[in-house]
Amino acid sequence: MPELLTPEIKARIGDANPTLHVEVTRRDIQKYAVSTGQTAKKYLDGDEAPPLFHFGYSLEVLPPEKLRKDGIAEDKLIPPLPLKRVMAGSSDTVYHRPIRAGDKLAITRRLKDIYEKAGKSGPLIFVVTEVVIETEGGEPVLNETTSLIAR
Amino acid sequence: MLRYENISVGDELPTRDHTASIVQLFMYNAAIWNPHRIHFDHAYATEEEGYPDIVLDGPLQGDWIGQVVTDWIGDAATLVSFGYANRRAAFLGETMTAGGAVEEKNDSTREVKVSLFLKNAAGEVTIPGHATVRFD
Repeated sequence: MPELLTPEIKARIGDANPTLHVEVTRRDIQKYAVSTGQTAKKYLDGDEAPPLFHFGYSLEVLPPEKLRKDGIAEDKLIPPLPLKRVMAGSSDTVYHRPIRAGDKLAITRRLKDIYEKAGKSGPLIFVVTEVVIETEGGEPVLNETTSLIAR
Repeated sequence: MLRYENISVGDELPTRDHTASIVQLFMYNAAIWNPHRIHFDHAYATEEEGYPDIVLDGPLQGDWIGQVVTDWIGDAATLVSFGYANRRAAFLGETMTAGGAVEEKNDSTREVKVSLFLKNAAGEVTIPGHATVRFD
């Protein structure tokens, strides 16, 4: 199988975005809770965040002129790939404790791996990223591993 | 209150139907700050990207299967891990059914593994998932 991944692409493995520092507000949690149709009082009251609340922290806050035509911000962590058709990915999170209103969090996203495999209808590239969330005091909150496939 | 002792492998978790309205979808994308046009711009989604309608966010559907677990355990157990995969697209107006089943019990750790699904009206799974919960 020809190598699709150049040394330049592979050299990016291990890169991380600058750590994002956020303060979780009750109102942020409430907005997330009502928009996802939560029924639990602790979520609707904004005391505790539902399990996928942290997804929003992976989306950069940028002005419209910095976005692509489709509205997406360019993902600077993932290098341009030789296969352009990106298929939907997956997300796996290990929780150490729930996110709560008032938490001050440090969020770091890292490019964990890029590798290729032979698929049934041609080569596939797998991109694995990891999000680590801790409190500013260093208490572990969660680790999320996401992967996407390009073909 | 759910008790570890009363759970059996094969138990089905209560299902719940979700039909997102355009207002709910707007609120969700505002809450997570997602400006991706396929989720709110009908002309763009259909004419430029060829979708049949506005596309439901994958993580929103992931959240719906997460709620199958969090609603089932309430405060009786702790969520240890949760994962989901985007398998096929779903569109505005579709009614999606979220559910799951108990796959494994571990008496030494008092952990329970469940499988999760989100299905469309045709019965196709758009988002499969899994979770582990721990009882005290």
